[in-house]
Amino acid sequence: MGIRFILMVNKQGQTRLAQYYEWLTLEERRALEGEIVRKCLARNEQQCSFVEHRNYKIVYRRYASLFFLVGVDNDENELAILEFIHLLVETMDRHFGNVCELDIMFHLEKAHFMLEEMVMSGCIVETSKANILTPVQLLEKTS
Amino acid sequence: MSGPSLMDSLFQRTLEDLIKGLRQQLIGEQAFISKALEEIRKEIKSTDLSTKSTALLKLCYLSNLHFHDMSFAAFHALEVLSSPRFSHKKIAYHAISLSFHDSTPVLLLITNHLRKDLTSTNEFEVSLSLQCLSRIANVDLARDLTPEVFTLLSSNKLYVRKRAVAVVLRVFEKYPDSVRVCFKRLVENLENYDPQILSAVVGVFSELACKDPRSYLPLAPEFYKILVDSKSNWISIKVLKIFAKLAPLEPRLANRVVEPICDLMRKTGAKSLLFECVRTVVTSFSEYESAVRLAVGKIREFMVDEDPNLKYLGLHALSIVASKHLWVVSENKEVVIKSLSDPDPNIKIESLRLVMAMVSEHNVAEISKVLVNYALKSDPLFCNEILGSILSTCSRNVYEIIVDFDWYVSLLGEMSRIPHCQMGEEIENQLVDIGLRVKDVRLELVRVARDLLIDPALLGNSFLHRVLSAAAWVSGEYVEFSRNPLELMEALLQPRTSLLPPSIMAIYIQSAFKVLVFCLHTCFVRGGSTAGVSASASYESFDDLSVENGAGSTVAHGQTCTSAPITNESIVNLLKLVELALSPLLGSHDVEVQERARNLLGFVDLIKLEALNSSGQEENDSEQKGVEATKIIRLVHDAFSKELGPVSLSAQGKVPVPDGLTLNENLGDLETICSDIELPSSNTFSFGYPFEEKDVSSFSNLQIKEDSGQSNESTSLLAEHRKRHGLYYLPSGKSEVISNDYPPANDPALQGDNNDTASDLVKLTAESLVPKRKPNHSKPRPVVVKLDEADEKPVAVKHPESRDDSLSGAVRDILFGSEDILPTSSRSNLPSSNRKGKEKQHMITQVESKENVVGDGNSSSRRRKDHSHGKERRHRKKNAEERNETDRKEKESSSNHPRRQKSRQRAEEPLKVPPQTSVIPDFLL
Repeated sequence: MGIRFILMVNKQGQTRLAQYYEWLTLEERRALEGEIVRKCLARNEQQCSFVEHRNYKIVYRRYASLFFLVGVDNDENELAILEFIHLLVETMDRHFGNVCELDIMFHLEKAHFMLEEMVMSGCIVETSKANILTPVQLLEKTS
Repeated sequence: MSGPSLMDSLFQRTLEDLIKGLRQQLIGEQAFISKALEEIRKEIKSTDLSTKSTALLKLCYLSNLHFHDMSFAAFHALEVLSSPRFSHKKIAYHAISLSFHDSTPVLLLITNHLRKDLTSTNEFEVSLSLQCLSRIANVDLARDLTPEVFTLLSSNKLYVRKRAVAVVLRVFEKYPDSVRVCFKRLVENLENYDPQILSAVVGVFSELACKDPRSYLPLAPEFYKILVDSKSNWISIKVLKIFAKLAPLEPRLANRVVEPICDLMRKTGAKSLLFECVRTVVTSFSEYESAVRLAVGKIREFMVDEDPNLKYLGLHALSIVASKHLWVVSENKEVVIKSLSDPDPNIKIESLRLVMAMVSEHNVAEISKVLVNYALKSDPLFCNEILGSILSTCSRNVYEIIVDFDWYVSLLGEMSRIPHCQMGEEIENQLVDIGLRVKDVRLELVRVARDLLIDPALLGNSFLHRVLSAAAWVSGEYVEFSRNPLELMEALLQPRTSLLPPSIMAIYIQSAFKVLVFCLHTCFVRGGSTAGVSASASYESFDDLSVENGAGSTVAHGQTCTSAPITNESIVNLLKLVELALSPLLGSHDVEVQERARNLLGFVDLIKLEALNSSGQEENDSEQKGVEATKIIRLVHDAFSKELGPVSLSAQGKVPVPDGLTLNENLGDLETICSDIELPSSNTFSFGYPFEEKDVSSFSNLQIKEDSGQSNESTSLLAEHRKRHGLYYLPSGKSEVISNDYPPANDPALQGDNNDTASDLVKLTAESLVPKRKPNHSKPRPVVVKLDEADEKPVAVKHPESRDDSLSGAVRDILFGSEDILPTSSRSNLPSSNRKGKEKQHMITQVESKENVVGDGNSSSRRRKDHSHGKERRHRKKNAEERNETDRKEKESSSNHPRRQKSRQRAEEPLKVPPQTSVIPDFLL
């Protein structure tokens, strides 16, 4: 399992999206997110985007008020994950048009759906924006 | 039923309403949410599927972002799943993948839904169910749906196929037998040129190869082709990961792949791919020097980059190289040391690791010194990081790299005085441990301990309490090395000790006891004229000392070892001090403290009489009592002077089990015994033997008396002789060291230029990395007591998970077993006999497992018998079945397998290990 979880957290530390690729109980999740938020949000722009946590790594990136945090195994390529985060943001940007925190809040299910297009069982399966968005838009039209 | 009315569903709040409400609520978030949850609980019982699904969607939101339990809705989610409308289905799948897990009770009810959707003609339904399966599959689901996944693996819709490929990862993991069915098709997908499929399938293989690389060696040609042809960086990165795992297993493969990887490294513009190349080379191709040099060049570029990410990764890669090529680190040490003062703590930690990698027995003193200076200036977190790594590096392998223990002990003392130091526990352990192991350092150790104890300011820092407890213990245990026991006593009993926690207080009191006994012993038994007969055996060092100074008389002898002579008067003061300090502790709430204080005070009461008498007037009638007190002192003193040794980790195992004690017996009936009697068995357990078994006898006072009487006599004669003919005795090395004024551990020359530490460290490491002996090793390394093999921590033998085992076993069966899976044309020259054999064996066991479907009890024994015959059968049956093998497998696995198969597979495991060298074919290369 390359990617263990993907989190989006705002500046205040509130979770805006949480996708886990291994089962965690609510309590474990709450603890984990608390620890991660404390660790990552305290860091500034001049510091690197990788944090070691427990027995894995967190690769994160900040876009405006939103932090994108991805928990990955230790031998995962950090820079590739940063590119993945960027791809995710670009994809959402293309779909929502200038994406912001509120878009993700109000379209949580859609955001999940997009992520599911990109990642399965912790592997990145799709990296083309067009391929990711086609089904999303198709479904939007039909419903 | 309290179900919702029509009105409720009409005016149901949508998710959007909920979110808006949550943002604008005035009643507090928790209150608002619990109200919303109440609504949801009602709505979700509705018979109207839209109402239900909306409720479910809201619940998902609250669960995902506000950590509210949604397990109660498991069944409702299944109901929504059965809706014919796609939008409902989507919500249901969303909810299920968020909330279901292996122990969800309704998990099995989902099988048919999934099967229906997996075979649907709507590719989005198929995709949703695959997605869901990849999240929630357990053994049963994986087993039951393997046929459907198998079909989808060759679906002509790319959208579906790539998902089917990705889901295989979870299915294999949960149900390894599915490998036999799906693996061939998975491999076929490796040859697909569509980047979508390829990226999925390469991702799956890179995960699989992580767990058991050896099984995937036969696929190397395919991976090689992808590596050379790939246009996508994502795919290249994944393939590199696979090669990083495969190359160490097969040198020929490494030979072949190293060049393309270097090419890629030179050509690529993408940093992520570049870094992956670098990492692959330094982890798996470290013996290819030119490749490593190229990689190191790139690493250097990374490290000097402005971008902190690249800098971090460069350092990280460097630390991977460091394990094999230390020269690389010393080549780049300027950068590394500069990074020690980087604003980013993560970068600092990486560079600290690298600096620690450079430490050797020649430069440990210098590097530690500079690092300690860094620690003084850093923030608390990094400071402790530094201290922690110094401590762990220096104590590695029983202080392997430490030559000068005097220096190290004083470094420990210095470290504990650093304001942010929180490593008290570790320092405590090491102080005590060194005391026990290294005899020669005890003198310095006591000096360091005294300096710590005597400083009242340190008592206020709670992080230091552990260090102080070690210092107290050391100074009590090795008090004979102390220059001024009286001063120690005052330090141990100072008023500020009330700040200590009770457990450490108790150690203080116990140490005070030891010191007091020592003082009394020096004064009355050895120093006093009455008891000059027996100088205790354990004080040879003092005798040496007095010989050295040429002082013949016993009084002077006392003076040389203590700067303030212990006189009767000082003893009286001492006793008063003890009474004064400890009397309040008699009322302590902590039993340990109370008891020890009581012990000590009781002892003081016993001997006070004599002390007072002898200080007053030397009357004859008091002598009778004085002799008795002396006896007591000697007894107690001998009890304390028994040396403690380090205890081996396996010591307990060496204790012989007494006859009649069966440890394996079930203790279930202990309860009944306990209920009527008070543990009659307690005396069959022996007390823990400390280290040497002969010590056990010394618990009885009588024996001590006899023992010490005898040994003291002979040693005291020897000592007498030595005193008289001191000239003819060779000065022992130890006394020489003692008589010197101890040079301060840190060279004063270095003390001056603390400021320019970075350049300092560069210089130092530069010097010390050149392998030359440090000239100023005046002393040989003292003996460090090691307990044979026991000091190595028992390494937990890691048993690979049986599931993984069976997974890789299955993969090997397929890859090594049936060659028609390998699509390459170049598989001609394989020695095929043993592969066939294995395949046959596999088939036999499968057939057999069918036979065994009924009757669980004796199946294992039958199986074993079958195996013993297996060899003969294997040779007889040959290739007839080979043709229809795959068909059979398909059939077999689409029928419901009994769970037992897994255990069958495990039983067959040992036979399955492929003879590596003969099987790995040349075609790779």
